Formats: sequence, structure tokens, C-alpha cells
Amino acid sequence: MNTAIAHWSQANQERAQRILDSYPEKRSAVMPLLYVASLEHDYASLDAMREVAALVDVTPAQIQSVTSFYTMFKRKTVGTYLVSVCTSISCYLQGADEVLEIVERATGANHGETSADGRFSVEHVECIGACGGAPAVAVNYELIEGLTPAKAQQLIEWLNDTQPEVVLTDEMQQLFGGQRSFDWGPTESEGAIAPVPAFGPYGSAGGDT
Amino acid sequence: MTDLILTSRMVEHPSDSHTIDRYRETGGYTALVKALREMTAEEIVGEVKASNMRGRGGAGFPTGVKWGFLAPADPRYLVVNGDESEPGTFKDRQILERDPHQLVEGIVISSYALGVRHAFVYVRGEYPKPARRVQRAIEEAYDAGYLGKKILGTDFSLDVTVHLGGGAYICGEETALLNSLEGRRGEPRLKPPFPAIEGLYAKPTIVNNVESISNIPWIINNSGASYAAIGPERSAGTRMFSLSGHIKAPGNYEIVMGMSWRDLIYDIGGGVRDGHELKTWIPGGASAPWFVPDQHLDTPVTIDDVARNGSMLGSGAVVVMDETTNVVAAAHRIVRFFAHESCGQCTPCREGTRWLEDVLARILDGRGRRGDIDLLLDICDNISPGLLWPPAMTTICPLGPSAVSPITSITRWFMPELEAMIVESEVAVG
Repeated sequence: MNTAIAHWSQANQERAQRILDSYPEKRSAVMPLLYVASLEHDYASLDAMREVAALVDVTPAQIQSVTSFYTMFKRKTVGTYLVSVCTSISCYLQGADEVLEIVERATGANHGETSADGRFSVEHVECIGACGGAPAVAVNYELIEGLTPAKAQQLIEWLNDTQPEVVLTDEMQQLFGGQRSFDWGPTESEGAIAPVPAFGPYGSAGGDT
Repeated sequence: MTDLILTSRMVEHPSDSHTIDRYRETGGYTALVKALREMTAEEIVGEVKASNMRGRGGAGFPTGVKWGFLAPADPRYLVVNGDESEPGTFKDRQILERDPHQLVEGIVISSYALGVRHAFVYVRGEYPKPARRVQRAIEEAYDAGYLGKKILGTDFSLDVTVHLGGGAYICGEETALLNSLEGRRGEPRLKPPFPAIEGLYAKPTIVNNVESISNIPWIINNSGASYAAIGPERSAGTRMFSLSGHIKAPGNYEIVMGMSWRDLIYDIGGGVRDGHELKTWIPGGASAPWFVPDQHLDTPVTIDDVARNGSMLGSGAVVVMDETTNVVAAAHRIVRFFAHESCGQCTPCREGTRWLEDVLARILDGRGRRGDIDLLLDICDNISPGLLWPPAMTTICPLGPSAVSPITSITRWFMPELEAMIVESEVAVG
């Protein structure tokens, strides 16, 4: 494996190799590698970008042009829990602005900010595909649908009190959610432990579904 | 039997519709066996053409015709578009999450028909659970011999890679998606060349929506002609509609097109909340011009009827608003979306969407000015000359013109409300 990532965990080095092997041209691996590098560095830091650049043989500036284009690559430290409140049209019609207000007050972090204790980052986001279960919120990209302002308050308190290492979409939906876009089916034990998408080769959790 | 093509398994077997065991037990992968053992690639393309299925991503272009454009050069690619991000749309999420094997089977059949040896599924980054389900389904399919080398003992081999997006609506536009899949900024490309000629890595590429590809196994099992026989002539087959907003029974509904909007909103969606009245609705995602009750309730829900009435069925996302809705605020919310998601390549879109957002914001803030309506329309005219639908374009892709839809909708149907907000603010300013 490339010496640029010799300091990565063994698991993440193997993930990086699997990702590189899954594309005909290695530049295609830039986005998934940025997710893994963000796990190593907490966010898409300059070092993370340099390492991805070395892995795919492009300049760090080219990697930065990619990182800056997409909202899910974070260019500064993110709290333990990234709370994304959808405020697009369907959620807006069902009271998303009040949910955002509650989340901001309960966490002490406004849109684009991280709370002083580093526990929460808050953002309002555009449509997350949960319009039938509006208003919707995601914690570390794990979804909760039908979240009323009162339940949003409870969600933040619960995260604060229990500080789960892994956030599970089904568990949060059960505890705090309401109306869903559709029947979710059986409960899963997968989830995200970091505010990056967690599945298959990318994330820290849920790889072995 | 024909009333549910895509969702019958998840309706009948909610606890395990996503597993390979349940999928096979309910007829899954029989179309693949039929396609690989009994049919030539040309015959499969012929069936898809005969189905008259029109793409389910938004543009409504016939899938079989698109396949017919694929250039013969090698290698070529199939890319499944699961970047579903149009506000109001959540149908692909359900297919990815609840019946991923149906999609995988569709991918293998389509790849065989198109001469593809490497296919990609581009799933939006905000869909980790659907992506996990598809990834798992692909792994199961490899283990079962439906993917990988020499599938079902034939000479056909196929690899599939799931690619996670990074949170950018524009990557739903097929050429932006290809740039993103190449590890670049998701900026749309100038067309021509179209992806079927020069797509991924400048090789011939077919980009199809998740729902479109998920219909392929049914078409192979039942014939293209059977699919074409469902529903109105130019809106064949069933279709997933996502209902949201001020509606009693939000959710995804797989229906045969051709019913009226009244039937869809009141019979299927249960109507608006008790004690409230329908004010307006968006018939096909945030990009589409709005419909109003006294004009459009009896309009048939077909691609062509909606187009004839100046809007589009788009992604099948129906957003319902009742009389409590401040339509200027709703328009602002949609325009804000497009301003945020503009990729920035084309000046009319990059600058125009921001101006539209700012002017609407000041009207909402009680600082509207007498000339603001003309200003809004002038900006719109610079993005999309003539304010027509389908729009004339000054931009590479349709994102800019999409931001014009909510403005022309409120000026067309709710002008007194808009004017009143501006007059009120003038009085307030004195």
C-alpha cells in the first residue's frame, strides 16, 4: 500500500485498497477515499486531501476542488454528532423551521457551527429524501422521520445523556420519530459512529450487514 | 396482477423483501435466467423498446430509444442514477432499501443487453441505509453467481460498483453524475456529445434511473408488449409517485397513469388535512410549475397531459399545499434550494438564482419594493427567455430554469397575494 497512508489504521488501509480496486480508473476513487480519509483525520483536512491526492496521482489542488464542491466533505472539525435538519419545501410545510430552532437552542450550535464542548455540529440541509415523513432530521446521516419540535428536544437530550458510540437509524426512529415516508421493514443493527456515510467499504460501522 | 410491478414484494413481505432468499422465492432472478439462456442482446433491447417505458428520473425519455443510441465502441458502461435529490422525491430510496435485488437483476439483464462488463450504482451520499442494502444485495448476488465471472455458466461477466455521492443535487443530471463518478466536481457537460457516445471515461455510457432499471425484470418475464398495454399509450406502465406536504396520507404509491389529479390527491392521498382546502400543488418535483384546483384537478396524470398544461410529471413528486401556505414563502424555499445547488458554471443560473432568492427574501421580510415583481420576472427572463415551459435555456443544464418555475407559478396563480405583500411593506416603510 502507498506509503502516504502508512499511518492509517490497518482496516482503513485495506478499505482504501478495496476502493481503488473497484474502479477502472483510479481517479474515480477520489470521493470514497475522501470519506475514509475523513475518518482518519476527523474531517477532510489538508493532510487528508494530500494523502488522497497521492493515492490517485493527482495534485492536492485537484482534490481540494472536489472537496469544496460537495457539502458532505467537511473542511473543518465536526462534532461527535452531526445533526442535519432538512428545511426544503416538504419539511418546511410541516414545520421544519421550528425543529431547526429547537435543535440550535438545545445544542448551542447554530447552522454551520459546532457546540463549545465539541459534541454537536448543526446544519440545515436541502432535501434528504424523507418528504413523506416530514419533518426529517439526520444524525451522522442516519435518518429520523416525523420528528416534532418536542421530540427534537428529546433527541438532543438523549444524545447528550447517553452519548451512543454508534447511532442507529432504527433506534432513533423508534424513540423519537413519527410518520415515515414508507414502511422501513425489519430493524437493522447498522449505524454510523462518525459523521461520514457508514456502509460497506467506506465507514467504520455496518460493514458486515 | 399488473397493478403492482415494482412494489408487490415489499407490500406482501415487509419483513424481508430485501433479502435474496425472499427475492428468489417470489420469482426473482427468473428473468435473468431467461435473458441469458434464451435471449440475444438484440431481443432484450427489442423488448425494452416495445415496452414504451419512459425514463423515470424526470426527463421521461424512452429507455429503449436511449439504449439504441449506444455507440459500439468498447468498453462501455451502465450507470444507474440513484442520486434522487429533487425536493419531494423519495421513491428510489424505497426501491433501493426495500427491493434492491430487483434493481440488481435489472442491472445484470441490462448490462448483458448493452454489452457492458462494468456497471455502477450512484447513490446519493445522504442515503447510507439504502446504499448498505444495495451493497449487501450485490455481495449476495456475487455469492449466488448472478454477478462476477461467467454468470450462470455463460460467457457473460459483470462487475458492479456502488458509488456514494457527496451531497450535490446537480449530480442527478447525468453528465454531472459522470464527472462526479470520475472523481471530479459535479458540473454538467455540454451536450453533444451525449453519454451514449462519450460518457464515463469518454466511453459509450447509458445512464438510467433506479426505477427504470427496476422495471426490466418484469418486462423480460412478461414481454414489452404487456408492459406497453398498461396505462395510457404514451405513459405506459406503472409509476411510483411520492406524495408529501399538506396531505393526509403521504407516501409512495405505485399507480397506473391516466387517473385524474383529483383521484390521486383525494382518493389515494386522502386529500388535504381536515378542515383545510387545497390551494396548489407541484405535480412533478420542485422544478415543475405548480397546478391549481380550479384549473387542473380533472387533468389526467400522464406525462403528455401535464406537459400540455405547462408543467411536467418529472420525478413523480407531488407536493401538496393547503390554504395556510404562504405561497411567496414556499416559492422562496424552492428558489433557495436551486440557489444552493447551482454548480456555478453558467452565469444566468449562478447569479440569477441568488438574485431571485434575495428579492423574495426581502419581500418576505417586509422590505419589498414596488418594482420587485418586474425585477423577479426580468431575472427569470434572463435565465429562461420567454418564461415558457418546457423552458428556453441560457444555461448548460435545466437547473437554472427550474428556479424560474416557482416564480412564474406565483405570478400566474397568486399575483394578488404577492402584490399585497409588497404593498403592505411599502405602507409599513411609510
